[in-house]
Amino acid sequence: MNDRVEKTIEIKAPVSRVWKALTDYREFGAWFRVRLEGPFVPGKPAAGQITHPGFDHVRMEVVVQKMQPERLFSFTWHPYAVEPDVDYSKETPTLVEFTLEPSPNGTLLRVVESGFDKIPAHRRGEAFRMNEGGWGAQMGNIERHVRQAA
Amino acid sequence: MSDKRLSKLAALKTRATVFAALGDETRLTVLAKLLSGEPQSIARLTEGTHLTRQAVTKHLHVLESAGVVRSSRAGREALYELQPRSIEDARAYLDRIAQQWDDALNRLKLFVER
Repeated sequence: MNDRVEKTIEIKAPVSRVWKALTDYREFGAWFRVRLEGPFVPGKPAAGQITHPGFDHVRMEVVVQKMQPERLFSFTWHPYAVEPDVDYSKETPTLVEFTLEPSPNGTLLRVVESGFDKIPAHRRGEAFRMNEGGWGAQMGNIERHVRQAA
Repeated sequence: MSDKRLSKLAALKTRATVFAALGDETRLTVLAKLLSGEPQSIARLTEGTHLTRQAVTKHLHVLESAGVVRSSRAGREALYELQPRSIEDARAYLDRIAQQWDDALNRLKLFVER
């Protein structure tokens, strides 16, 4: 177990093409299945209605962080925010980062979603201070142990 | 808010707290001692560590409020026990997120390569 989700996919298309599919809000909307109302601009929110079957009651809202052409696109949002009446704005958002690099067959695209370990501000404090360094590996160990013990 | 919505929100908070509770080396050390499944006293959990009893108690409280451990009393002593379910829930949540990204990236691939 880890405090982040990381996925990599190879796409048989030039980096410039993948960049456009990621950052043009209409193209993003087509594959992500969201009807975004405006373009992605760093530091600005972008929102729209999800069009994915079964989730079309959900409004998606992200705040764009970085756009480094053909290299990095990132935004913050509230993951799995599928309950229309729940106010997720008080929850600490997670960070989604897309990184692109050329590969022999096209583009290697990686997405990392992190920040699941963040907690509501009123609970932050000395006792909750995050430890530096990779606790992911330790968590994996703990989890294996727990499974064996169960 | 309805009960269902309240419980969803509570679940969100709980997960965040579980991730935070586990994100500390000292707490993982304490937790490792509970992996046998046996309820243990603060004294036992402090043994063999460089931690004070107060520090262990503080970390146990963090783990307890996140639902990672449960306490009970045996006479005057508090006993602490691992709640594996909380860790499994947090993991299942991340698995769902990972699955959503797999689906989204596959749609992106189809979209670009078509």
